Formats: sequence, C-alpha cells, structure tokens
Amino acid sequence: MKVNITVNGQPTEHDVEPRTLLVHYIRETLKLTGTNVGCDTSSCGACTVHLNGEAVKSCTILAAQADGCSVTTIEGMSKDGVMHPMQQAFMENHGLQCGFCTPGMVMAAVSLLKENANPTEDDIRIGLEGNLCRCTGYHNIVQSVLAAAKK
Amino acid sequence: MAGSILGNRVLRKEDPKFLTTGGVYVDDLNNEPLLVGALHATFVRSTVAHANILSIDISEALESPGVVAVYTAEDLGLEPVAATFNPTAKRTLLATGKVRYVGEPVAVVLTQLANQGEDAAEKVIIDYDMLDVLVDIEQAMTSTTLIYEECGSNVVFDSTALGMPDNTGDAMFADCEVVVKGRFVNQRVAPCPLEVRGSAAAWDKDGRLIQWLSTQHAQGARDAIQKSNGIELDQLRVITPDVGGGFGAKIGAYPEEMLLGVIAKKAGKPVRWTETRSESMTALGHGRAQIQYVTIGGTKAGKVTAYQMHVLQDSGAWVDIGAILAPFMTRPMASGVYDIPKIEIRTTSVATNTTPVVAYRGAGRPEATAAVERAMDMFAAEIGKDPAEVRRMNLIPKFLEPHSTAIGQTYDVGDYEESLNRVLAASDYTKLRAEQAARRASGSVKQLGIGVSVYVEITAGNSPGESAKIEITQDGRAVVYTGTSPHGQGHVTSWAMIASDTTGIPMDKIDVVWGDTDLVPKGGGTMGSRSLQQGGVAVHVAAGELVEQARKHAARLLEANEEDVIFDKAAAAFHVAGTPAVAKSWADLSIALAQDGGLVQETDYVSQGATFPFGAHVSVVEVDTETGQVKMLRHVACDDAGKVLNPLLLEGQIHGGIAQGAAQALLEEVRYDTDGNPITSNLADYAFISAAELPSFEVIHMETPTPRNPLGAKGIGESGTIGSTPAVQSAVVDALAHLGVRHIDMPTTPQRVWEEIRKHTAKGNS
Repeated sequence: MKVNITVNGQPTEHDVEPRTLLVHYIRETLKLTGTNVGCDTSSCGACTVHLNGEAVKSCTILAAQADGCSVTTIEGMSKDGVMHPMQQAFMENHGLQCGFCTPGMVMAAVSLLKENANPTEDDIRIGLEGNLCRCTGYHNIVQSVLAAAKK
Repeated sequence: MAGSILGNRVLRKEDPKFLTTGGVYVDDLNNEPLLVGALHATFVRSTVAHANILSIDISEALESPGVVAVYTAEDLGLEPVAATFNPTAKRTLLATGKVRYVGEPVAVVLTQLANQGEDAAEKVIIDYDMLDVLVDIEQAMTSTTLIYEECGSNVVFDSTALGMPDNTGDAMFADCEVVVKGRFVNQRVAPCPLEVRGSAAAWDKDGRLIQWLSTQHAQGARDAIQKSNGIELDQLRVITPDVGGGFGAKIGAYPEEMLLGVIAKKAGKPVRWTETRSESMTALGHGRAQIQYVTIGGTKAGKVTAYQMHVLQDSGAWVDIGAILAPFMTRPMASGVYDIPKIEIRTTSVATNTTPVVAYRGAGRPEATAAVERAMDMFAAEIGKDPAEVRRMNLIPKFLEPHSTAIGQTYDVGDYEESLNRVLAASDYTKLRAEQAARRASGSVKQLGIGVSVYVEITAGNSPGESAKIEITQDGRAVVYTGTSPHGQGHVTSWAMIASDTTGIPMDKIDVVWGDTDLVPKGGGTMGSRSLQQGGVAVHVAAGELVEQARKHAARLLEANEEDVIFDKAAAAFHVAGTPAVAKSWADLSIALAQDGGLVQETDYVSQGATFPFGAHVSVVEVDTETGQVKMLRHVACDDAGKVLNPLLLEGQIHGGIAQGAAQALLEEVRYDTDGNPITSNLADYAFISAAELPSFEVIHMETPTPRNPLGAKGIGESGTIGSTPAVQSAVVDALAHLGVRHIDMPTTPQRVWEEIRKHTAKGNS
C-alpha cells in the first residue's frame, strides 16, 4: 500500500507492506537511522519520534496509520546546524553516554516540556518512565531536561 | 596542574553526532559497499532447556518467503570446541546432539529481507527428547543428570582444584564470642545494553573477512573469529561501529558472531545479523548469579576476627568467564576494606540449564562486597551496634604503601575511613537515624531505612597494559589510535584531553581511532575499569615521547642543539631559546618528515599493577509497611578513583553504576521456571529500572592518587555499582530492623518485603 508521510518537513511517498511499522519505515525505507530499536515490547522508547508534534513510540504505530501525518525524527531537530535547546542541554549536562537511547530520549523530553513547561524533577522522572537508559542512571538526563526548561 | 586541561569539566566531543543524526550502530550500516545485497541471518534457537536433538527438519522453512538457505551445524561442518576455562567441556557453535538452555542457537536461516527471518525460523522443526532440567545451582551440584557428560560433574570449576585451600568449617570460629551465618542470593541479572548484539560479515575480493561487530574488544573478538573461520589473522578485519552499551556482556565473541563469516562464506553473500531484544535476553550472557554461604565471627565489642564464605557460582550452560569470576575476582576481594585476620573463601562454579554467565559491571567484585557488607550488617545487628560504627572499628587504617590482606591480595593505597566520614557527613547520618527513630516511635506506615556500605575493588588486575599511537597529519592534526574501545565512556574526549595537554594541539584538532583491527592491531578493549589507567596513560606516555621525538626533528630543521630547542605548548610549536619567531609547528614537522614515514609515535605502556578504587555509599529508602513498596529517597556516594581527568565523565560513570546497583538491589532478576523456561525474557517482563524509580544522586568527591601510573588514575566504571548494591539492599533491611528483620535477598521486591514484614509482625502478635 502507498503512504504519504511528511518527515522532517519533507514529503515522502512509498509503497509499504501493510504490516510495516512506522519505525521500520523511518529506518529502512527512509534510511533515517537516528531513530533506534531497543526492544520488541514497546518498553524502551528508543524509537520515540514526534507524530503531528506529539511523542510516540514509532514501534507502536503502523506506517499506514501515519499516512497523511507529519513526523519529526532526531534528524529534524536541529535547524541550520544549530541544535535544538534540548539537544544543547543534553550536551551541556552530559545527558548521554553510549547514545543509543538518546534520540528517543530527546524526542520524549521535548514533548514533555511542550505539555509541561516547568516540570519538577518528579514530573520529569515520571514523564520519561517509558524511555530506558542503561548508562546514565537518568541523573544527567533529568538535569538536562531541567536545564532545557529554563532556556 | 596549573594551565592544564586535565581535571576540568570538558564537554564531550562525540555528543553532537549522537544528538543530531544519532550514532552509527552496526544495524545502521547502510553505506558499506561490501554489504550491498547482504542476506539477513536469523538464528533458530532452542525452545527447551535440556534435551537430546533427535532430528532437525528444515524443509518447511526452505519454502518460507524470502528464504535463501537454512544451515545446521552439520551443513557448516562445525566441530566441537572446548571451553576456555574448562577444556573438558565441549560444544559446537550451533547445537549438535543436545541443547542445554533456552535460546541456544541450533540453526540459522538466511532471508532476503530482515522481517522474513522470524517467520522462517519458526518453521524449522526440531524434534527433542527431553532430559531432566537443572535450573537450581545446588540441585545441579549433586545431580546425576549431567549437562556436560564428559566433565563427569556439573561442577565445572572449583577453587580447590586450583590449589586454593578449602574452608575448615566452624572450627575457624571456635574463639569467637559472636558468630553469625547467612545465605545470600546474589541473583542473576541481565546486562541489557540498550543496543542488542549485531554484526555484519563480508568476504572481500581478496578473500579477507571483514566483520562489523558491536563489541567492547575488537582485538579479542578478532582472535576468536579467526579461529572459528579457520583463517590467518591477516585475513580478518574486525571493525567496531558505535556500540550502544556493553556492561561486560559484549567482551567476548558469541557463537553467532563467530559463525557469521562461516555463514557468509557458505552462502557466497554478505550477511547481516541483529538479534531481537527477546533473543538478547536469553542469548546475551547474564551476570552475577551466586549463592553465598557466609559466616562472620568476632568479639561482642565489634571486632571481626574471622570470615568464611563458600560461593556457589552459577556458570549457566557453558563455561564462560562467569565461571571464573568467583575464584579470581570475588575471592581475592572478599574481605574488602576490613582488617580481618582470618579468612577462608572457597568457590564452586556449577553448570545449569540457563543462559551462560559472563562479566557484568563489576564482575565478581560487587558480589564480594555485597556478601561482606551484608555480613557486617548482620554482625552489627547481632551485637546491637550501629552498622557504620562497626564498620569503622574494622576498617583497614589509612595506608599509602601497599597493604596485603589475609587472603593474599595487595592493595595500592586506601583511606577508607575518610570516605566513610565524608559520606556520613554529607548524608547527615545522625539526623537520618533520629528521623528513623521518630518514625519507628510513631508507628508510621512509611518506615525509613538507611544503608551504609564501604568498599574497595580491583581494577585493571589481569591486564598487562595498553598501546597507543599518535600520528601528526600534515595539517597539524593529531590522530590518536587506542586499544581501548569506548561505548559510552567518552574516550574521544578524554584521550583528546590527554594528548592536547602534552602536545598543545587543541582538542578539536585531535581525532581518536579505535576498534578497527587493521588500524589498531593491538588492544585490550574497554572492560574492568581499565581504560583510563592503561589506555589513557598509554596516550599520555605516547604524547610525551612524541614531543621528545619532535624536539629532535625540530633541532635538525632549526640547525640547533636539541637541548636548546624549547617546546612552547601554548603555541604548539618548537623554537630555539630566545628566538620564538622562528618556530616549527606540528604541521611543519609532519610535512618535513613526510618522506620518512611521517611524524608518528607508538607506545606500549606496561602496567605497573592493578589499582584499588574505594569509597563509601549511604542509601536512604522509605518502606511502606502495608504494601512492601520501597521508594529510594536519597543516595550519597563517595567514590575515590584517584586523580580525576574529567569530573563530568567521572560523575556520569558513578551515576550509571549507582542505578545498575540499585536496580539489582530493588528490582531486577532473571528468572526461570522449573522447566528452564525464561520468564523474564523481554523488557516488559524484566524489571529494567527507569527514571521514575530512582532519585537524583549526591556524589561526593575524594581523590587519593595511585602511585601505579603517571596519571594517578584508578578505575571508575564499576565503582558505583559495587558501592550502591549493598547500600540500597541494606537500607531496605534496615527499614525493618526494628521488626527483627535481618536479611532480605535481592531484589527486594514489594512482594518479598511484604512477606518479610508479615512474617515478623505475625510472630510479634502471636
């Protein structure tokens, strides 16, 4: 089946199998590999992207369901070579180590601040519960989001 | 160090890529010409824990859409290979004859598309004749069912067989006023790097195998892959793309990885492989998995005089490195920071029908610390004294010369009491005890628990050193080649800091290369908290030697005596004393040497011995006595890793370590049913710790440099885990100490805690 999805501002149109997940459309059809797959139970959040501006785990959605929608991935977050304030905050606060959870974490965090511009530490911890990280112990991720909220 | 970049909070050079386009992990390799047209490998795995294989029928799978080939061990001509740590035990890399754990690879399916593989793999029909299943270590020790028949026993490694003395039993405690015994389960956990295993293999036109691999140690993997492919070392190149975490579980090469080249050769096509998380949970090695029988004895006043432990190490269904961590890592560190005159440790490693046990963050040392810290708490409880004070009474006093313990381990430097003092002060321990007393007095549902741990660990113990090469390009950049293998640790930044500090070349003009065996043939990889104290030191030494080499060349070019040539680090240039205007830059020297092999310095740094990071942690939890729910309120850590290169990265390592330790103490456990079926084999069932279950951490700095390397640095990668695990566990027990609770095994899940509360309150009511 044919899907039309605007990805990072660019229209895309491809034939896909109906069972194709959005994450596979992004990674395999479009070759945008910033979005990662870390599990097979929608638990880890490494595949988090924005669908019409809201964070979703792209392994929980079929590409067909995103037909006609707008998707933003980590590759679409910096503008003219300048990182998004959340990306900057992660860099300044050492909010990443191996980098595998990072794109999904950044996308989830941006969405979190959109819903709650002044989150408490607990708000952030609960808000990011669905995004797993094995390296940072979350400490500096939380610091990054707090710092981004202040920007 | 005035004017030095070392010791500063330098942001990571590698971050912009990870934050904007993402890392390039093995599954992201879309632009490798050699991988064009690659087939996708899916391994057919055993669905049973222990069985003889009667037959394997691949006919239906061959008809599945997209299937190109299905191979069994027989098709690939696989011969049994001996286990490194017990050569009597043998297996083939795809199972033949029998399967020994759920998840063991039995066959491989090659498909055109990745998503065709799982469907096809399900159609490989394996006929099994079921055997008795051994999941429990103690049952396996005495069972007549043998997992490796040729070994004659399921005990695959025992410290007494190495000539280490056996334990003498209770006789050792005859002169003790107080003796406390415990049986502690240091449960099996899953390392869970966020990136699962993956690899890609292609044979190039010259008949060389090029293999991309998510690994912590390309050179070690190369040696294993070379053997399994039956080729010479120079016929193989292993390349490490970005690696999404390892935690010890990606040190060695696994059967799937050792076979990928063999499979690609047979198929005549390049092959890619990425496991699913559910596969990873059963086929990536697990960690910990010990049962510890501990006896501690001493005086009523609180002096511990004797400590004995028998460690039963679950080896899983292979004799991997997990089998030898108990004798070589747990045993020598068993008495930890304590001055205990009499100590006996025996370790017995046992095969079971479970996933093989490998190294996991700390690898044998967290287990040693957890045991002695639990023992210390139970001893303190028995004599009715504060656990922090009993620890203080027994600590090895500050030493700046090597100190040998009764078990025979020699530590470099230590000031354990100071780390304890700092962490007690920072946590306001006295006030915490007062609040605990108030809550107990009021009968609050939310009881406060305070856990204290003091630890010492060994880092870079079995590692002879590391090599480094620095090459100056003609545009004056430096390329640092390192045998370490960063996968989150930030070596691109750290090694650039070290090289810059000596050469004056700015960090943004320094590149770091690792993990490609053609470019870096020698290397020990990243594991065991060895990287900075060996790989970083090698870069430091190489940079110093590079400057001296360059001084010679500069003298020649400047027609001056070498001793008259000044190296101006700020200008990153050499000049004759008094005439700075006529200078030779790094680029000048590189260009001048272009015909003579360029400006390159290579160094093999030989280790001057292991280092022994130490520290103390205080953890504070709240336990709901009605539900058993534990909430971690605070965690204060003082970890002394010697001289600190970059506090930002140091703290990151500590944070991650604390979280993994807390995860083991509170939540995580790999479980099997009695038939050996894994029941925590995905991230929905396995209690991988999230941000919501953790507080922010309070990190207290302390620096006692080691004399064993010129940077004064000790390891930091594992300390956080080693200190935090017992502190968090003890805090949970401590919250219920007033009820008479002395021990709760990890993970201290609400169910376990609630059962313990019920047991003790019921007793009180009767």
